[in-house]
Amino acid sequence: MFEQIRANKIKSLWLIVSIGAVLLAMGYFLGAAFLDSGISGIVLATIVWVIMNLIAYYAGDSIFLGMARAKKIQKKDHPQLFNIVEEMVIASGLPKMPDIYIIDDPAPNAFATGRNPYKSAVAVTSGLLRMLNRDELQGVIAHELGHIKNRDILLMIIAGVTVGAIVLIAKWMWYLLILGGGGRSSRRSSGGGGGGGAAILILVALVFMILAPIFSRLMYFALSRRREYLADASSALYTRYPEGLASALDKISSSTHVLASANDATAPMYIINPLHKAGLKASDLSSTHPSTSERIKILRTMGNSAAFATYDRAYRKVHGGSGGVIPAGTLKGAAGLVQSRAAAVEEKRPPAVEKVERARDVTDLVERLNKYTALACQCGTAFRVPPDYKGKAIKCPRCGRDNPIPGR
Amino acid sequence: MAIIVGVIIGALILLTFIIFFGIYNSLVRLRNQVRNSWSQIDVQLKRRHDLIPNLIETAKGYMKHERETLEAVTNARSAAVAASGKGVGQQAKAEGDLSGFLSKFFALAENYPDLKANQNFLALHEELTSTENKISFARQFYNDSVMNMNNKVQMFPSNIVASMTGFRAQEFFEIELKAEREVPKVSFS
Repeated sequence: MFEQIRANKIKSLWLIVSIGAVLLAMGYFLGAAFLDSGISGIVLATIVWVIMNLIAYYAGDSIFLGMARAKKIQKKDHPQLFNIVEEMVIASGLPKMPDIYIIDDPAPNAFATGRNPYKSAVAVTSGLLRMLNRDELQGVIAHELGHIKNRDILLMIIAGVTVGAIVLIAKWMWYLLILGGGGRSSRRSSGGGGGGGAAILILVALVFMILAPIFSRLMYFALSRRREYLADASSALYTRYPEGLASALDKISSSTHVLASANDATAPMYIINPLHKAGLKASDLSSTHPSTSERIKILRTMGNSAAFATYDRAYRKVHGGSGGVIPAGTLKGAAGLVQSRAAAVEEKRPPAVEKVERARDVTDLVERLNKYTALACQCGTAFRVPPDYKGKAIKCPRCGRDNPIPGR
Repeated sequence: MAIIVGVIIGALILLTFIIFFGIYNSLVRLRNQVRNSWSQIDVQLKRRHDLIPNLIETAKGYMKHERETLEAVTNARSAAVAASGKGVGQQAKAEGDLSGFLSKFFALAENYPDLKANQNFLALHEELTSTENKISFARQFYNDSVMNMNNKVQMFPSNIVASMTGFRAQEFFEIELKAEREVPKVSFS
């Protein structure tokens, strides 16, 4: 495990470093072109970046959870989800239970965030809870805890913030260019000579302003894709049941819902890219995630072993190249063969019945979280009233009796 | 000249000490991880022991004709409680027996629709299923930790430090009982 974390750090470090280098280079050229000093440009870029990182480190998880409109739940709200997270915490050997959040959205998705294994959170959508059975949900949760265990959460936050800083600075420079265009050119002309050099500098700065946001975003996505494979491998190892995650990904990717609260910056954090339709090719560079069909194929090629080495072999088989995806240090530290388990003994209830019950449980949970008022009419009908209903009483949908709403 | 040789020897001795304590610390860390993961198993086993009386109490009213199975579960639970703290091997055996009887019980419970509709039973069922899972995941993590520790204790050069400071290889928690491996048979005798 420790080898794995270290190898991850080194493998991912160069991507972070290159994103940072892009930021500094952009700062230099923009400074040289518009502030007459490259150094002050670097200083400015660094200050912006440091401030953004500090905010992200101390409040990134709550900002992100807020942006996703996630609500924290307790064990009594959804005992099964809590149990599954507890199981996976034990399997992965995490030191502390993450907080659990629900996003009320029919699009099935999940993400993990936080600072470190001691302060982390997992969020799932209500659509995910409706769609997946216990084994599948376990696979998804194990994938998210894999992100926490592999320290992806902080890495992705820092990378995301750096990309954000680049985009922000580029945007500011555009404004500066448009608003202050006249003033700058007059100053340049009064300076006299050296016009050719300044023009080249401005050209380079313009190129940076256009290309830096694009390139840094591509690197961010490359980073994100690597981490997805590793989290998939971790999920297989923790659950000892690769089919659980494979079948979950299968179901999730067949959904046509688009997550309302996701955007470009937060997309790489989710288990499945929330912004694109299913079946995108992995070769698409702008994709934040490897193609889902490929991830499923790798998991299903693993056979009866759940070890990292097996995942690596399966990846190479599916991908058809010599390069593996699991860092070498991880493979060295991991045990050779890890027997995977059989499917959990399923309840003998028909799947359709189970699905209906699950849907009802989730609807109950979401309505409770949204502060619906539960009413029970004398005729035996139970129903809930949304919080924005203004009246003092409501007619029972079955018998038509007036039911007073408590507290109004 | 003598000074240089002295410095080199001194540096070598220092280096040996640094390596020695580095290995020693990693052994301590691994041993703590093994102990910690064992206590995790223990917590879950206790939780299971606490849940079973409630389960039997709830099921009693519905499963009047399954007294033998209910008693077998109760007895296996008592045996498991008695075995706790008596070493990894014995405890593993008693808990394995309990797991076997429990899965037999749940298979039988499938035949009682009224029982399966009981909210209390459903909640207990989920809790016990999850506790079973937690036990096996805790065991999985414990065994991984033991393997890491044993590798360190038995492999060169850390085995030298381990034998000098009294670190020993730990026992795996293995449940090699038929009860857990096989699908429980339902008998109506």
